[in-house]
Amino acid sequence: MKNAVGREIPDALLTNGREVYQGKNYMDGKYIQKASPRTRRCEKPVDTKVVASLVEALKQCGAKDGMTFSFHHHLRDGDYVVNQVMAAAIDELGLKDLTIAATSLGSAHDPIADYIEEGKVIGIQTSGIRGRMGEVVSAGKLKTPAIIRSHGGRPRAIEAGEVHIDIAFIAAPTSDCMGNCRGIGGKSNCGSMGYAMSDAKYADHVVVVTDCLVPFPNMPASVEAIDVDAVVVVDSIGNPKKIASAAARISQNPRDLMMAENVAKVIASTPYFKEGFSFQTGVGGPSLAANLFLEQYMDERGIKMGWAIGGICGPMVEMLKKGKVGKVIDVQDFDLDAVNSINQTPNHFEMSASQYANPANKGAFVNSLDFVVLAALEIDTGFNVNVLTGSDGVLRGAPGGHPDTAAGSKCCIIVTPLVRGRMATVCEHVVTVTTPGDCVDVLVTDYGIAVNPLRPDLIECLDKAGIPHVTIEELKDKAYSLVGRPDDLEWEDKVVAILEARDGTILDVVRKIKPYDPNKAE
Amino acid sequence: MIPRPRPERFRLRRTMMFMNAQKPGLIKDAYIYGCDSIMLDLEDAVAENQKDAARFSLYHALKTIDYGDTEVIVRINGLDTPHWQEDIRVCVAGGADGIRIAKCESAQDVKTVEAAVEAAEEEFGVEKGRTLLMAALESPKGILNAYEICAASDRMFGVAISGGDFRKCMQTTPQPDGVDMLFARGQMLLAARAAGIQCFDTVFTNLDDQAGFEAEVLQNKAMGFDGKSLINPKQIRFVHQVFAPTEKEIIQAEKILRAYKEQSAAGVGVFTVDGKMIDIAFIPGAERTLRLARACGMYEGDLV
Repeated sequence: MKNAVGREIPDALLTNGREVYQGKNYMDGKYIQKASPRTRRCEKPVDTKVVASLVEALKQCGAKDGMTFSFHHHLRDGDYVVNQVMAAAIDELGLKDLTIAATSLGSAHDPIADYIEEGKVIGIQTSGIRGRMGEVVSAGKLKTPAIIRSHGGRPRAIEAGEVHIDIAFIAAPTSDCMGNCRGIGGKSNCGSMGYAMSDAKYADHVVVVTDCLVPFPNMPASVEAIDVDAVVVVDSIGNPKKIASAAARISQNPRDLMMAENVAKVIASTPYFKEGFSFQTGVGGPSLAANLFLEQYMDERGIKMGWAIGGICGPMVEMLKKGKVGKVIDVQDFDLDAVNSINQTPNHFEMSASQYANPANKGAFVNSLDFVVLAALEIDTGFNVNVLTGSDGVLRGAPGGHPDTAAGSKCCIIVTPLVRGRMATVCEHVVTVTTPGDCVDVLVTDYGIAVNPLRPDLIECLDKAGIPHVTIEELKDKAYSLVGRPDDLEWEDKVVAILEARDGTILDVVRKIKPYDPNKAE
Repeated sequence: MIPRPRPERFRLRRTMMFMNAQKPGLIKDAYIYGCDSIMLDLEDAVAENQKDAARFSLYHALKTIDYGDTEVIVRINGLDTPHWQEDIRVCVAGGADGIRIAKCESAQDVKTVEAAVEAAEEEFGVEKGRTLLMAALESPKGILNAYEICAASDRMFGVAISGGDFRKCMQTTPQPDGVDMLFARGQMLLAARAAGIQCFDTVFTNLDDQAGFEAEVLQNKAMGFDGKSLINPKQIRFVHQVFAPTEKEIIQAEKILRAYKEQSAAGVGVFTVDGKMIDIAFIPGAERTLRLARACGMYEGDLV
């Protein structure tokens, strides 16, 4: 069945009430029954929940074949915990048919690819998938299709009972002996632990994994002892160098700066750019640099930003400290400046993934967002964005909060160079739709700006401000004139991943890629 | 093959951005930054044993990249090197809009280049007189001979001072108030205006000193320069801001041109606008203001 972004979704996937994507806000007003976990009572006082090893914790939580284990990705590419837990479960306890439900996975988790190939891990649910894991899943080696969700779609699915977590593993930079966890104060600090919060509330069992046990009580806790079954102390939960970079620096690349300046110009031309406006931006070159130019426009107009959300890094903390932004609400930290600021700098707060972006709750921050500035691997003439699959069709990315912020914000700006190497970024059809075009408002490239025709009001704003813009078709033609139009990818029928829209409908599927045959190429 | 329109001798040249002609990554789309002219360098940016490679890269860029309205000028190697003749052949064959003569010291230097350009135009079947010239004055002798250089050829559209070499000759360094080159800049401006060609200031090389850069651009504008050479796209915006006409200047220029059209149609040569006497001498200035205003996105009328 074809969905609202023109993608053919196999009927076989449309079971248990699952629908295809119908357009944004389709589920608005519907009632849901929230799922609840089945948890063990800990009535009798104990001195400590610390157990000797991961194996012991797994045993205590009744780990068995076919279970779903959850993880969060605040340790980013420095994470050791996913691999440690899976090794304990599979290599030491001999478990099989396991599903990993992670907030995101990266190339730090390459060893998991082996468990997939051996058939020990049969399900993956995540926002991001990269490295060897992306390759083996794309090659059709995972027993069930991977489910890719946005950061807001995940807590929605957990609350709706679509993902039932048997054991949640909380990687904690610090914990006390009862399991009160914080993202700071240890040797592998990550700052916010926002993505772990729903897991701890909805999992049947919760195991905290830390490399820094601190005196009880570890307050204020991001994950609370009331939800924790066991605490395991390991030598190291991650490589600090890869958890948080020293400091995200604003790009000096003239191309990035030019695009960033145009992003700020577009923002300043809209009626939403007024005292107290709200903002989110990514950490990519041009996205982050937009901060710099936005500040100039704010000074010019004498206005301040009301609040900023998102993954946070140093330049935004800097603006908070200078009084240019009222509050920063933070689901994840990208550099040490942000890690060291959260809950320390006044008005720098932590939030959960659900509070950040869940489309099914009653007050997600993304729904009050004025502007979001996002990157893209590809964007097509329907303004559909792909941030998941590469030009070869292989899984190597992450929707993250992209679809959530795009859908919630009043003005979603995509900023990307027109071409990357030999690849056209602006194209006829993206490989995979990860953010639907009806949520994307403006595209800023190094070769020009295009506004989604669904937003005549924004077109008028740009015209009034004298900001030149063209159609997205013109940008696509320019891109193809520079680097050529690539041949279409060739797929097999087998679906290797389901791209779930944030509301739980199916936005797209990723199929198994046909191996490239050089003899068939022209 | 991208056909480029015949270059205009007098056009808007607020910003000329230098880049190494040997770097395809730089020159493939340098026009996106919005400078008026790009200056593809075969001289100092290119190592001695890479001159030939740079010429190939330059030729193919000129032939395959659509630079649109952006003017494409090439800085060739000095006349005291073995490279300049081949440089000129490549520029003309590729269809560059203009050539910047490095280390120009006399009218004869301009004439020497002009002769080689003409021969190349003949050789490659390029329209005679198409390729424009500008001179870079880099020595005291060049500054002293500024007027004869500016007036040496009908192909000459402008003259520029090259601060690096000039300051070395003068045993000085960049000063915050520009006193180091005050006289040279003034002499060059006088010569350019006397010969009726454009005049451009040198690059500001310290990218970390934005305040110093801005002060220099403001002084350039106050002295009457047409534009400035740049080394980084991030310098473009400020120069365009400073060289943009004011709202008042635009309204005044519009009034003058409108009145001139009406009055000259009625056979009147001298008239008044807002109480000021206006005659034909004011027209080029008013037209220049409106062209500048149009380039800055401040004027959409049809008077120019």
